Amino acid sequence: MPLLRKIPLPVLLLSPTLVFLTLFFLIPLIQVSGLAFQSQDSVFTLANFERMVRDIYFDSALRNTVVLLILIIPVQLVLAFGAALIVNQRFRGSTFFLYIYAIPLGISDLAAGLIWLSIFTERGYLNSLMHNLGVLERPLIFLSSLTPKWMIAAIVLTEVWRATPLVMVILLSGLQMIAKDYIEAADTFGCSWWQKVRYVILPLLKPSIQSALIMRTMLAFQMFGPILVLAGRQLPVFASESYYWYTTVRNPRVAAAYALMLMALSLVATWIYLVVLRTREEQVGVM
Amino acid sequence: MADVRLEQVTRRFGSVVAVNNVDLHIKDKEFMVFLGPSGCGKTTTLRSIAGLEKIDQGRIFLGERDVTELPPGQRGIGMVFQSYALFPHMTIADNIGFGLKIKKVPASVMAERVNRVAQLLYLDNLLHRYPGQLSGGQRQRVAVARALVIEPAVLLMDEPLSNLDALLRLQMRAELKKLHHAINATTIYVTHDQVEALSLGDRIAVMKDGQIVQCDVPMEIYDKPANVFVGSFIGNPPMNFIRGEIMRENGQLLIKGRGFSITPSTRFTPILQGRSEIILGIRPENFRVQFHEPTDTTNAVRASVEVVELLGNIRLLTIDLSGSILKVSVEPHTAVNPGENVWLTWNEDKLCFYDSETEWAITPSRVSA
Amino acid sequence: MRLRKVAFYAVAILFAVWTILPIVLIALAALTPRQELYSWPRQFVPSTISLESFQFFVNSHGVLASTGRSVIVAVATVLIALLVGAPAGYALARFRFRGKEAFRIGILLTRMFPTSLLAIPLAVLYLKTNIYDTILGLAFMHAALAMPFVVLITSSLFLKVPYDLEEAAMTLGCSRIGAFARVSLPIALPSLVAAGIYTFVLSWNEVFASAVLTVHNRTLPAHIISTLNVSPLNFKFAGGFFMIIPALIFIFIVRRYLLSMWGVAINK
Repeated sequence: MPLLRKIPLPVLLLSPTLVFLTLFFLIPLIQVSGLAFQSQDSVFTLANFERMVRDIYFDSALRNTVVLLILIIPVQLVLAFGAALIVNQRFRGSTFFLYIYAIPLGISDLAAGLIWLSIFTERGYLNSLMHNLGVLERPLIFLSSLTPKWMIAAIVLTEVWRATPLVMVILLSGLQMIAKDYIEAADTFGCSWWQKVRYVILPLLKPSIQSALIMRTMLAFQMFGPILVLAGRQLPVFASESYYWYTTVRNPRVAAAYALMLMALSLVATWIYLVVLRTREEQVGVM
Repeated sequence: MADVRLEQVTRRFGSVVAVNNVDLHIKDKEFMVFLGPSGCGKTTTLRSIAGLEKIDQGRIFLGERDVTELPPGQRGIGMVFQSYALFPHMTIADNIGFGLKIKKVPASVMAERVNRVAQLLYLDNLLHRYPGQLSGGQRQRVAVARALVIEPAVLLMDEPLSNLDALLRLQMRAELKKLHHAINATTIYVTHDQVEALSLGDRIAVMKDGQIVQCDVPMEIYDKPANVFVGSFIGNPPMNFIRGEIMRENGQLLIKGRGFSITPSTRFTPILQGRSEIILGIRPENFRVQFHEPTDTTNAVRASVEVVELLGNIRLLTIDLSGSILKVSVEPHTAVNPGENVWLTWNEDKLCFYDSETEWAITPSRVSA
Repeated sequence: MRLRKVAFYAVAILFAVWTILPIVLIALAALTPRQELYSWPRQFVPSTISLESFQFFVNSHGVLASTGRSVIVAVATVLIALLVGAPAGYALARFRFRGKEAFRIGILLTRMFPTSLLAIPLAVLYLKTNIYDTILGLAFMHAALAMPFVVLITSSLFLKVPYDLEEAAMTLGCSRIGAFARVSLPIALPSLVAAGIYTFVLSWNEVFASAVLTVHNRTLPAHIISTLNVSPLNFKFAGGFFMIIPALIFIFIVRRYLLSMWGVAINK
């Protein structure tokens, strides 16, 4: 105890986290490059990356990872912004709507995949609905390698459904930080609703949009539950390939190489967001 | 009950010296006010006495005890926080009784003491409420009650009235003064409001940049500010300061400034002799304003009225004396218009003299020093 | 004006339907008798509410055991993450110290790494140290994923408890720890519980690391994903619905804290 008293309190309080993160974050992070860049007998090599790139699934995995992101993120951003604007109106029952909209926050990507499987499967709800409407006689098969566009659509819908609330919550906290005075000032100039959104709300919301985009993109790159449930290996992405190489092929080195590729993609995306959506210091609100 | 002694107390925050080598002796049962602008170190000094700040140098004594190393709870102090710091999850009774509970006072004694203090502060009907249900003034009284119930040797108050609206502040000020007479505890009170300081303090310690500039009874501080800072910080409107050169003409000392020239009486000679420049300090109410040229114009200064403001109990004139601005207060019924020319004279007894370089008061002792 | 109001509510309700409908559908699918599940055309509302699929799912080999493990891992994750992370959050809220910004940024940066980047090397490390395929090993991994969240959220919730209160307790005779335990902790407790529940759901839902770090001792999501290719549809639907039930309950409990979890509370 006397020894403990000599250590400054902040250090005492921070050290468990520091030790923990070193053990379970820093060391694995160093280790992962070791895995990817070394051969079995710890010699530096690019063989793991070569094997990854030569694999027949690599090209489509890269393409699918990027295509899914490009399809998911913009839709999600627009929907989430709309939902955030609705809840931010503070009408009667707005908190009720907030809770409803937020429900998918608690649902894993695996469960979301299973939910949408019940819709897109051969005798699923979508086919049944179309049959009831008289559009179809026989069920369509959406989830097969013959219909890659439908598979992508199903995955995009699943991800948009599941993760839009996350973006909404971030944007909503941002919206609530915008002082009412700005909006009221815009009102005094006779701004229309759209003008207020375009010239006042969106620019002030830029920091929140930026952090939502960075976070969402990172998580979208990692998404793999819906892929496995709805498409299996017929629609490979980096995250699912990393999983296959580790569990099925039992090669952690190529799996690590995929993980590093994923990291590289995340970093590039983050960098793009940081540059494109830069907010200058002097433009930050003063209220 | 105890006196409080600070010996060479210093507290730094990084490179900023918040309290700089402060020596102070606060007598038993005294009401001491720390007064100064924000950032002057008054709150840090108070918190050092409380034990909430660890001081870098010096010693603090409460009575005979050296409390420098003691944690706050063992010093025998009670503190009223600016924000009141009432525990939101406890009732008023639990808030007031908290200190006693920590000291493991038996429940029956505790209830008795809580009730007594609650009565003293008119809180007896509110004991079962929560702080969130109380008005600002009530919360303030709970904070005082909570500090008093542990019967501290020294009561510390950090801007306790600053969160109240003007009327309530006036009322609570009087109540605090009454309370001090009733309990007779040594009290240290921090404020940036000079009116509060003048009305409450037995003595006032005016602080600036971590040091005590002047520590004296209120009347002395008001009448004889130790330097230009004190004179301009205390009093509303503040003291007027006029620079003048000292000349010798026909064997007599003259003070000449922009637009005026006066002949001070010979009793000021020890102060003026040997100097070439001086700052005169005059309170706004110590001028006499005449609207016609007086018969004796030796010490009358001609100036023009720029602005006239009625403040209720006085009429405040802003007067242009050849480029320097003076604030002068006159009877509220005085008929005066902007643009008029007036002649100013002043009460020599109330005149203060300051060194033109250091801006400190020139007193006979300072002359010798 | 009236029309705009109607349109506004229409959009709000439409979005609510979009959010809720899939959950209703999976619930219906899970409660449809097996026969009807495979018939064509399938009716939206089953002829009878049947627990057949549910019973089939729960009684399938490995489901109950993995569910139990999921709960244990999640509870262990909450305990580890709070015990390790909350003190750091408190320090961030209460003290000024050198390197504080660096620490905060470092914590934020840890959120930037994909799970796979940690899970794969950790699996290799675990194999060497004999904690591979253990509940504790997975709980550590989940705690590492939850750590940035726990540190930042506890820091923000302790910031909302004014330090004055602890100081006041100290002037009234409390020690530093006593002041924390009697004042800050009770005030912050509801939000701490909310943060704990959130961490629980995070662990309960986590798939990738669970699937990579366990073989025989699988958690429920890991079990479901590793048996995907051999499971019949009714198993999948019942499993999907089963997994979202606790998540739905927890989200309902912490609903008031949803926004403060991400930085700002709802101003009421």
